[in-house]
Amino acid sequence: MSRYSALRIVREAMRRHAGWGRAWGSPEPRRRYKVVIVGAGGHGLATAYYLGRNYGITDVAVLEKGWLGGGNTGRNTTIIRSNYLQDPSAAIYEKSRALYEDLSQELNFNVMFSPRGVMMLAQTEHEVRGYKRTVQANALQSVATEWIGPERVKELCPIIRIDGPRYPVLGAHWQPRGGTARHDAVAWGYARKCSEMGMHIVERCAVTGVRTEGGRVQGVETSRGSIDCESLCLVVAGHSGELAQMAGFRLPIESVPLQALVSEPIKPCMDVVVMANTVHGYMSQSDKGEMVIGGGTDGYNAYTQRGSFHHIEETVRALVETFPMLSRLKVLRQWGGIVDMTGDRSPIIGRAPVRGIYLNCGWGTGGFKAIPGSGWATAELVATGASGPLAADFGLERFREGRFIDESVAAGVAH
Amino acid sequence: MSTRLGTGGSAIDRSRPVHFTFDGRRLAGLTGDTVASALLANGERVVGRSFKYHRPRGIVASGPEEPNALLGIGTGDRFEPNARATTTPLREGMALRSQNRWPSLAFDVGVVNAALSRFLPVGFYYKTFMWPRRFWESVYEPLIRQAAGLGRAPDAETRDPDRYEHFHLHVDVLVAGGGIAGLQSALAAGRAGAQVLLMEQSPHWGGRAQVDGVRIEGDPAAEWVARAVAELEAMPNVRLRLNATVVGAYDHGWMLAVEMPEPGPRERLWKIRARRTVMATGALERPLAFAGNDRPGVMLASAVRDNLMRYAVSPGDRTVLVTANDDGYRTAIALVEAGLSVPLVVDARPECNGPLPRRAREMGIRVAPGRAIAGVRWQRRITGVDVCLQAGEGSALEHVPCDAVAMAGGWSPAVHLWSHCGGRLRWDEATAAFRPDPQFPPTGADGQAAILPAGSADGHSRAVEVLASAHRAGVAGAAAAAHEGDAGQVVTAEEGAEAPALAVWRMPQSADHRLRAQTFLDFQNDVKLTDVELAAQEGYRSVEHAKRYTTLGMATDQGKLSNINGLAALSHTTGQAISAVGTTTFRPPYTPLTLATIAGQARGDLFQPVRRTPLHARHEALGAAWEPVGQWRRPYVYPKAGETVEDAVRREVLAVRSEVGILDATTLGKIIVKGPDAAQFLDMIYTGRPSTIAEGRCRYGLICNENGFLIDDGVVARLGPETWLCHTTTGGAERIHAHMEEWLQTEWWDWRVHVLNVTEQFGQIAVAGPLARNLLERLGGMDLSREALPFMHWTEGRLMDVPVRVFRISFSGELSFEIAAPAGRAGEIWDRLAQDATPYGTETMHVLRAEKGYIMIGDETDGTVIPQDLGLNWAIAKKKDDYIGKRGQMRLHMAGERWRLVGLLTPDGAVLPEGSLAVAQGTNANGQRRTQGRVTSAYWSPTLGRGIALGLVDRGPERMGETLSFLQPDGSEYRAEIVSPVFHDPEGERLNA
Amino acid sequence: MLTLRCPCCGVLADETELAPGGTAHLRREGPEASDEAFEAYMFLRDNPRGVHFERWRHAFGCGKWFHAARCTVTNEVFGTYPAQTAAPPEEVLEAIRRRRPEWER
Repeated sequence: MSRYSALRIVREAMRRHAGWGRAWGSPEPRRRYKVVIVGAGGHGLATAYYLGRNYGITDVAVLEKGWLGGGNTGRNTTIIRSNYLQDPSAAIYEKSRALYEDLSQELNFNVMFSPRGVMMLAQTEHEVRGYKRTVQANALQSVATEWIGPERVKELCPIIRIDGPRYPVLGAHWQPRGGTARHDAVAWGYARKCSEMGMHIVERCAVTGVRTEGGRVQGVETSRGSIDCESLCLVVAGHSGELAQMAGFRLPIESVPLQALVSEPIKPCMDVVVMANTVHGYMSQSDKGEMVIGGGTDGYNAYTQRGSFHHIEETVRALVETFPMLSRLKVLRQWGGIVDMTGDRSPIIGRAPVRGIYLNCGWGTGGFKAIPGSGWATAELVATGASGPLAADFGLERFREGRFIDESVAAGVAH
Repeated sequence: MSTRLGTGGSAIDRSRPVHFTFDGRRLAGLTGDTVASALLANGERVVGRSFKYHRPRGIVASGPEEPNALLGIGTGDRFEPNARATTTPLREGMALRSQNRWPSLAFDVGVVNAALSRFLPVGFYYKTFMWPRRFWESVYEPLIRQAAGLGRAPDAETRDPDRYEHFHLHVDVLVAGGGIAGLQSALAAGRAGAQVLLMEQSPHWGGRAQVDGVRIEGDPAAEWVARAVAELEAMPNVRLRLNATVVGAYDHGWMLAVEMPEPGPRERLWKIRARRTVMATGALERPLAFAGNDRPGVMLASAVRDNLMRYAVSPGDRTVLVTANDDGYRTAIALVEAGLSVPLVVDARPECNGPLPRRAREMGIRVAPGRAIAGVRWQRRITGVDVCLQAGEGSALEHVPCDAVAMAGGWSPAVHLWSHCGGRLRWDEATAAFRPDPQFPPTGADGQAAILPAGSADGHSRAVEVLASAHRAGVAGAAAAAHEGDAGQVVTAEEGAEAPALAVWRMPQSADHRLRAQTFLDFQNDVKLTDVELAAQEGYRSVEHAKRYTTLGMATDQGKLSNINGLAALSHTTGQAISAVGTTTFRPPYTPLTLATIAGQARGDLFQPVRRTPLHARHEALGAAWEPVGQWRRPYVYPKAGETVEDAVRREVLAVRSEVGILDATTLGKIIVKGPDAAQFLDMIYTGRPSTIAEGRCRYGLICNENGFLIDDGVVARLGPETWLCHTTTGGAERIHAHMEEWLQTEWWDWRVHVLNVTEQFGQIAVAGPLARNLLERLGGMDLSREALPFMHWTEGRLMDVPVRVFRISFSGELSFEIAAPAGRAGEIWDRLAQDATPYGTETMHVLRAEKGYIMIGDETDGTVIPQDLGLNWAIAKKKDDYIGKRGQMRLHMAGERWRLVGLLTPDGAVLPEGSLAVAQGTNANGQRRTQGRVTSAYWSPTLGRGIALGLVDRGPERMGETLSFLQPDGSEYRAEIVSPVFHDPEGERLNA
Repeated sequence: MLTLRCPCCGVLADETELAPGGTAHLRREGPEASDEAFEAYMFLRDNPRGVHFERWRHAFGCGKWFHAARCTVTNEVFGTYPAQTAAPPEEVLEAIRRRRPEWER
């Protein structure tokens, strides 16, 4: 597979781009692989990639029920940040963010990582305290963040109204190297590299059963035949529960819709990502010029990839209040994804109750930013059979032990 | 060039001109014009520039599918970017600006992209801009961002002065679309007795039938439309709205519509609960894919017809029609009838002998069968087309001079609403269109089809079928709501017969690369035939991959014009049938929806409700600085003139410690728990045993969740044998009330307990300080002596003749009373107290409680803290079998070594920054500095004259006297000694005074 | 926007009147429970694609908790019933079987 470059584009332009090959292959699945990964979303593909890159394991198949990157990888609002409070979260998200910094060069695919900065607005005294606490924690976690005052907020993002009558902006938790990336490109870039390493990415291949024997995984049944494997890695946001059921265990997960929307494109007016948790809305402007807006989850289990309008209404109301200049802008499209929420809202990376099965799931509303780090940590888990430091705290056993990784604490409860 | 004709135009009023400006030039249109028709009438054919190549673009369509004619409208606070000219009514004084061009529409620097287009193939940005490594963020991306975007962003300080509102309505049948199908459906449902809402997006009833020459019941369609509207208007059970678009279908029949009322608010959002929705949304005409099809002056045949018939606007003097169906001929005929020239009809079909082509020939129009367009000649305007064989590769046979092209590529049903909520589509080869699949409709709560397709939205093209299907849908919709009255008969219709259409996805059939590279599929996003081909070549073969890689269908029209042609191109390239390629999912809204419309009236002061205590006005008069706590506003501190917040807090604290202060404690939750089983219930809710509180006494209690974590605290008072009053935190009132109800209703539903939230029934005032009793005694009416009302007791009586409950409890460490009076009368007591006591706010309250080492929910707790961490074991009844949270606290991690509450003192009295972490030796396996504790609250203590802090420290209580290091983000370090958390009056003498 | 009929007050309530409450028919595990049983009670969920029994509270109405049987794929509602029960009533099960013959509890 030849490299992508500006020079290559010029060369191809001279022959009507006839020389471009497929970004990733489309092989018939073999009957046996060392590792089978279910789910060709960002996390599954990144796991495969780092299995090859870090451990030389390339006898890998990534099975995808639909189209590659078609789950939450292609439906999220593309925010990348690592300004988390708890050490385990900060570690894996910062690893991830750091990998994003050079991902385009590493994959030879421009994933457009744009470290334009992420600010989380504090609009109550309680939030001020929560974010200041997180800034303190980040300093010791080697995550570069700072507390900034309202004037600096306005300077970084002139379209914010800092003196709103209901929730004035009291400051913000600012991560200058947080940002966004092009979500589809992340999946495509990893897929291309995996394919280049000889791995099989098999689209339109639904897993219909998991074969186990004596408490150990033997392989999977799929819509394209039976496939044996030594290790099976389940990376299927929105479907983890179903696959777990096939393998005979249950997970601390419920699947709920999460909604997002985009506006029509306008000329650049916002160079940072803004999250306003008090009023439940977050927003960035894509390179195309659309305002990309994320909202909250719906409160009920569903697999419908759509949600209820009142959540959109709540989010938009908050944003119009915080960014009054958006008032006459128009929404182009709204959509939903299905997110897996765990008991403590943090992900699960670890061994399943069945030997040879590894889990990477439960990313809730924050999975996109974690893709490289999650793949890195999961590859280590699959390759060595044991969690490394990045994944160590994210195992399933924490729910039994009462050792949660709870990131909602900064939000806490009001006094 | 395009111009206004001397006669005709059903929608315009020639007697009432309307003046407007376009890019600063003064122009005039007519009342009834859309912005688009007014621009065309003025000969303005170039109205914008495309997204990627900045090619000049003109008006293509006449409805919401318009991809090109997006303008900036208005100025100042009323500026709106990306307004669609085709659906915006022209208004007097309108200021219109073209978009995405610099410095001007005619001369645009960005057009250099078009010259370089071969170097900018689809997805080029994924393959380059990667080196040098940091150039993406510093150079490439800023350039791309600047070039992208369409309309100008409104100014940062824009404050929209207009009003937006929301309407709610329950109906039996919502009919989306007021064409003949929608009217017939509404008639059927209305006559049957159903409550009906009929909405039409345009300002006109009747849709296309009137410009298509349909006759209904023997009359021109317009006459039947007028009769139908009159009948509907006379029905009390039918509502009709023009300028109202149904934009979204959601679960359980919940439909969203937006109306541009006239007069009224700027926009009105309708939230409609419809038993059934009839989707009579019509169909959208497809462009044809030929080289140069994006040139200004190339328009949809239907749009040409609309402009001609409704607005008396001709697209040009000489219009070539290119078609693959008979319907297109209607445009040619209409043009000639209006006295304009149609030099040629290019028909891709080898045979075109239906009644309409015959009629066209009879009118002297030349028809070229089996032909295609090989190119559109352009010199700042269209000068002609090259005609070739459809079956060939595009060698031009003939050049035909013209200044406009009308293209008729066939019709795609507008099935968006069907898809919004889970309905599936099927590809129908016969009509070459995706039609609603009746096997898989969007379903409602009852599992039945919530949407009933009708007319051309269901794929019907003949008026007879359109009306029949609409009638059926109307009857079915009414029947679903049990209205089975006489729906009347479906009307008869006639129109010219049509020969079969041909699905033509590219022109000519074997167009060479040069032509395909000039053939546009998505006009706004500049996606060409070759782009889809290249995407497929590179493996982006799934319809979603192709869409995302090429951006086809992702423009502001959301693929209304481009989707089907794009799918066909993908199908052709990959060799799969269109049905196998499938389609992308339509998402709401059908047409772009203004953000402010979604927000409605919930803006500014109405953004969220504000809860005020009965004493609010008094705090305001005292100049309180407010703190929002949930939806409450509480006084944070009462700064006097010239005082800083810090000064004021210091003054208030010292007043409480040395004299007396008063605090509005109304927001604290007050929940009555009553019943024969209330005792055992409270023993489950609290970690302690409220059941053992004696009547007349109070006790501090803790509430945990089932996970074991502390979620609330407060004083519980026993009011009677079966009655308790539970105080909660401010934020806890609703939450804890709901928590109690949940357990009562869903777990212990056989327990006889009532729970009532009476928070707002009382105004509550804390009176704290050594002079508190003295002050209250002066009010008169009650014996509040130490003997009569000892610490942790309560009593009832009258103060100043106001009925009150007085609680002898303290959150400050001082002698303290809390007075609960009926909400309406608390002010009388406050006014009297305020004469002699210092009002204090929440910040002072925090300092006072921290000096005393009292925890605060939300400061010392954060959802991960258990009572044992806070040294509150004394408030846990260890011998109790069970309470909510007990099992959770028994788990491995909960029972082991944890961070526990201590006091922290810096050697120099400095205030520790809140949230500071105490570092431990070394780093963990992830390279993070190890920590052993954190500061949960820190204040300057006016009482002690130094900083104090509470914190959670690893095995803290066992490590008294040890010094910890708190490393700061700026690299500096604070050191603090571990001490008892009680800084003030550890013996509690003042409290018990 | 879901609409559910509150079995207590009979109102056909919009989702905005309701507060969701997660999976229904959980059996509480107290201090005597094993770690496994307590974990299962607190966290392990069936999360089905299809028929789901769930809790709702008519929070901005009569305030009562109730249960609903709903399909998580289509949002079809098979029935709602009072929360004061350990298992779905027979008529709700019957309604589910009518609409989903292949369904097994």
